[in-house]
Amino acid sequence: MKTDIILCGVGGQGILSIATIIGEAAMNENLYIKQAEVHGMSQRGGDVQSNLRISSKPIASDLIAKGGADVIISMEPMEALRYLPYLNKEGWIITSKTPFVNIPNYPEMSVIEADLKKLPHVISIDIEQMAKDNGVPRSANVILLGAAQKALGIEYEKLEDAIRRVFGRKGEAIVEANIKALALGREAQ
Amino acid sequence: MKKQLLLGDEAIALGALHAGLSGVYAYPGTPSTEITEFIQSNALAKERGVHSRWSTNEKTAMEAALGMSFMGKRALVCMKHVGMNVCADPFVNSGMTGVNGGVVVLVADDPSMHSSQDEQDSRFYGKFAMVPTFEPSNQQEAYDMMAAAFEYSEKQCLPVLMRVTTRMAHSRAVVEVADEPRKENELNYNAVAANWVLLPANARKRNDVVTVQQKQLEEDAANSPYNIYIEGQDNSLGIIASGIGFNYVNECFTNGSPYPILKISQYPLPKKLVRRMLSECKQVFIVEEGQPFIEDMVRGVSESENIKGKLDGTLPRTGELTPDAVKQALSHLSTFNFELSTGFAPSENVVPRPPALCQGCGHRDVYAALNEVLKEYENPRVFGDIGCYTLGFLPPFRAIHSCVDMGASITMAKGAADAGQWPAVAVIGDSTFTHSGMTGLLDAINENANITVIISDNLTTGMTGGQDSAGTNKFEAICRGLGLSDEHLKVVVPLPKNMPEITQIIRDEINYKGTSVIIPRRECMQTLQRHLKQKKAQEGQK
Repeated sequence: MKTDIILCGVGGQGILSIATIIGEAAMNENLYIKQAEVHGMSQRGGDVQSNLRISSKPIASDLIAKGGADVIISMEPMEALRYLPYLNKEGWIITSKTPFVNIPNYPEMSVIEADLKKLPHVISIDIEQMAKDNGVPRSANVILLGAAQKALGIEYEKLEDAIRRVFGRKGEAIVEANIKALALGREAQ
Repeated sequence: MKKQLLLGDEAIALGALHAGLSGVYAYPGTPSTEITEFIQSNALAKERGVHSRWSTNEKTAMEAALGMSFMGKRALVCMKHVGMNVCADPFVNSGMTGVNGGVVVLVADDPSMHSSQDEQDSRFYGKFAMVPTFEPSNQQEAYDMMAAAFEYSEKQCLPVLMRVTTRMAHSRAVVEVADEPRKENELNYNAVAANWVLLPANARKRNDVVTVQQKQLEEDAANSPYNIYIEGQDNSLGIIASGIGFNYVNECFTNGSPYPILKISQYPLPKKLVRRMLSECKQVFIVEEGQPFIEDMVRGVSESENIKGKLDGTLPRTGELTPDAVKQALSHLSTFNFELSTGFAPSENVVPRPPALCQGCGHRDVYAALNEVLKEYENPRVFGDIGCYTLGFLPPFRAIHSCVDMGASITMAKGAADAGQWPAVAVIGDSTFTHSGMTGLLDAINENANITVIISDNLTTGMTGGQDSAGTNKFEAICRGLGLSDEHLKVVVPLPKNMPEITQIIRDEINYKGTSVIIPRRECMQTLQRHLKQKKAQEGQK
């Protein structure tokens, strides 16, 4: 198997914790992993992305070439569109519906939605609202991960196990909230 | 062997610890910061008491590492590429003194300037200081190379420069790590004063020794397990690749390259291996991240059209290498027709989202107040510095007119005042001030230069993620110690409700004909949130 993933959003939205869970699941499956992150200045409210590659064969490049990504997982709808040249023609976009408006010239939401509609495989969900409605307000990013499960090609139970290992230190309540969030995401697929 | 998913920086840190490290000395700088942070929180490092507290700047870091080496122990110095300029004096001269305990100087370059002001390539420092240089291509190699670098440093009695770039530093992969760490070195008194006292008479001798030693270093590089000549059946093209560039070449040839590849990971450049490729292959393509360091040496003064790389435009001259750029170049040079960009067209509706100061950040209030006051003057100039507050250049503030290097705000303001400028204002952060601003302030105070210095103190090194700042709680004392009178040393709390007070103080100090310092002090929003979270967690446990 080989899945090339672009995780994106705005600095501080929690894309790196999604990457950590996928990375943990992949490592436990003895898959090869490369994950390039961005730290530093751009984290201050700017656009951030991480290239995550998992494969059953060794991976050479840390970065995904244009047209190479199988999945874009985005915490923000306009940010999902920023990486379109990297998405292959059969690729999936799994994105949050909620815009993060911290710039004066943020486009009309109808324009962003129209652009997303033009693409063949898009799952766009209101993860923020879902997280609030279901009593897991801090796990919106894990709902998004659940919604990406099929596109990632990782078994659902493996992601669940990874959540237990990643959040185990933080106590049972946090583990359960994230597992609930993952299940909510799965249903939205 | 245990498997761990590690950032390149973390692999370097763990490699150093497992190689018997006794101290890491560093100043935070993207993309090198996580090396020291990893050691600070590592259990083995704590158990062994490995030194890991942040240094005031890269120069003090390098010198402390030399002191540890002098006593026989292994030391690591970490910095971003521009930090190398700050520690150039001790670094270059450590090439003359040599070392006792192993010293590895780890420099993380930042091509594409994700978080930097230039693209300088640190391999040039290794060359002109005549210091052997290592350059890993992946996380495993970074881990393994750390032990090799310390051993080599002790064998050759020279420091070793290890150079990585952003993608290497900030990319994760699974790394196999040793089960048993090597012991630390014992303290010893083997350092010979005649080598370490660089009086001209001693230094001349050392210069001769080190110069002769270069031949051995090159021979070692030619035989290094990290410099590999990978055979290929098609000699119409040969590829020389280093660092992350090697990965992008391999990405193109998933079933193995038909062309010979020379992987360079240890310098001085092994000329013997390069000559072999030049004699056997019709064309040679050089893939390296950063400046054309290898290419320039291979090309020399020849005008051969068979050497391809950055200087002839086969690869972009600036910015990070990308898998796409390498693929495109190889499509052009080889008989392979790689599929180029099969993705979707970019959306025209996506707009840039530049980084910005956090909501509630004290720097915002500082710039708001400063702008408010400076409206009253004809041609005010504000000299900025390196940190989050450099974002004050962008809208909505558009408040600064320069940002050159750590500390330049104060000294440039002084030079501008010397030229007759008024108002000349310097804006510098707390950590940048102790890093390189204090000496400049002494210059200003000694001449009572007509400048107003704002030390925007958020109690941390903010931009790199909230590391301890060396001068916290000492700024008033430092300014007084440098000779500033209490009358022109003002402390304020940058909050919107204090605007009238702050603007009046700024106005008064600008109007004062001499050096004054204003310290707006309020904790960084990022560290504040972290501290509140920690406090909540602690209370939860009670």
